[in-house]
Amino acid sequence: MVKLREIAHSRTGDKGNISNISVIAYNPRHYAALCDQVTAARVKAHFAGIVMGEVVRYELPNIAALNFVMDQALGGGVTRSLALDAHGKSLSSALLDLEIEL
Amino acid sequence: MRTIRIGSGAGYSGDRIEPAVELAEKGDLQYLVFECLGERTVALAQRARLKDPESGFDPLLDARMRAVLPICAAKGIKIVTNMGAANPWAAARRTAQIAASLGLPRVRVAAVIGDDVFDACKDRDLPLMEIDGTIKTLGNRIISANAYLGAEPMVAALQAGADVVITGRASDPALFLAPMCDAFGWEMDDWNLLGRGTVAGHLLECAGQVSGGYFVDPGYKDVAGLARLGFPIGEVGEDGSLVITKAAGSGGAVTARTCKEQLLYEVHDPARYMQPDVIADFSQVSVEEIAPDRVRVSGGRGTARPETLKVSVGYVDSYIGEGQMSYAGPGAEARARLALEIVRERLQLTGVRASELRFDLIGIDALHGERLAAGHEPYEVRLRVAGRTESLAEAVRIGDEVETLYTNGPAGGGGAFKSARDVVAVASVLLPRELAAPSVRFVEA
Repeated sequence: MVKLREIAHSRTGDKGNISNISVIAYNPRHYAALCDQVTAARVKAHFAGIVMGEVVRYELPNIAALNFVMDQALGGGVTRSLALDAHGKSLSSALLDLEIEL
Repeated sequence: MRTIRIGSGAGYSGDRIEPAVELAEKGDLQYLVFECLGERTVALAQRARLKDPESGFDPLLDARMRAVLPICAAKGIKIVTNMGAANPWAAARRTAQIAASLGLPRVRVAAVIGDDVFDACKDRDLPLMEIDGTIKTLGNRIISANAYLGAEPMVAALQAGADVVITGRASDPALFLAPMCDAFGWEMDDWNLLGRGTVAGHLLECAGQVSGGYFVDPGYKDVAGLARLGFPIGEVGEDGSLVITKAAGSGGAVTARTCKEQLLYEVHDPARYMQPDVIADFSQVSVEEIAPDRVRVSGGRGTARPETLKVSVGYVDSYIGEGQMSYAGPGAEARARLALEIVRERLQLTGVRASELRFDLIGIDALHGERLAAGHEPYEVRLRVAGRTESLAEAVRIGDEVETLYTNGPAGGGGAFKSARDVVAVASVLLPRELAAPSVRFVEA
């Protein structure tokens, strides 16, 4: 078991009330493990209480990356959220805490 | 094959100024782009314009133009920027004045006008994308409605001889696509070329975010020299080929990793990145490090542009009141939790009307909640209470209640902070594109 942080890097972006998180394998040989284990359902469970809407996953094999699009994730939207981190910029760091079996 | 070099001089309104000077001096550029307009900035700028008809453009316009105009004029570098915000025409006239005052009277400045679609929108039942309701239901709370314009009017301005093109709301990648169309004469229905150009624009639009900024995680992803981070340059070929690089000797790094992170930044379906000029497809993009700080990006594509333009609608949403207080040392968390409970009860006892409230312990659960934070005991904790109200007076009461923890709360609370502000929020609608009529206006010499 390793933390996702050991095999992937990540960046969060925001649009309205939608947050997207990329998960990019450092080494393409770990891309299959990302696809198998970092599922949309698992990401939604990890962010239970934060992400209220659907989580959709997109796959980008050319760059060994996944992109998670999380609806209703930013407390009503970046421009009106009460949250300390209204943009949700820190969410990527939280996702890298997932455990992965290699 | 012909190639141009486009520099990215700013990634948001408050961005550092000297990296753009470095780019203009050492970047061997033909174009320098400044992306300075956030989602809600136009709404705030529109308010400023209502108070003063000559205002409403970016507050750093003067500083940025004074810093780069002399160099750009000497080297023939054309400038494209959305610093016009809610008043591109006033920004253009101001820029021409600055140029004249710097002894550069021949700099030709053009404004792109017509992103303001308030009148076209306000009586239509266009559904809001982020919240329930339509534009009509916002009623007199609407402050502004601005369409994300595409590259065409900017290209027209460049073709007509503009040295500086100033827009209001325009798609960020389009600020970069316009120079490519100007230099190479790309047809505005060559979707694959426009898709490739959009990949370039998207990678460059946040400036330092592709050259090592917003990236470092010590021990995992290290980049040196962030205090003098070099902003990126896109080397774009006539066929849409792209190399991302930066000025030699600057801080930061352009690597495959920095480019991959930025490629997906604020992207939803990577096969359908919606732009006013094209629906770009990033799904087949590859990146390759070809030399230090040089990354080749290939595989961008595109399909026909959407029939609608995205419009940002700024509106008065609510007010937010907030208060903070710090606790430290043994028992800090217990005292902070007690303090939160006291404020919670006080807000009820004193009848503060808030439609939404948050009780955070910064250092414990403020960012991601209690579950993800479990098992970590901090040395210091900062309490934070924030609430949404319908008036500023009501919002003020929230911070006031936190402040009273000084003499009424647990031991050792320090560093009280309070604030109350009105919330100008932004929602989006889709407008049939024929209802926006952009035009170009030159400042007469």
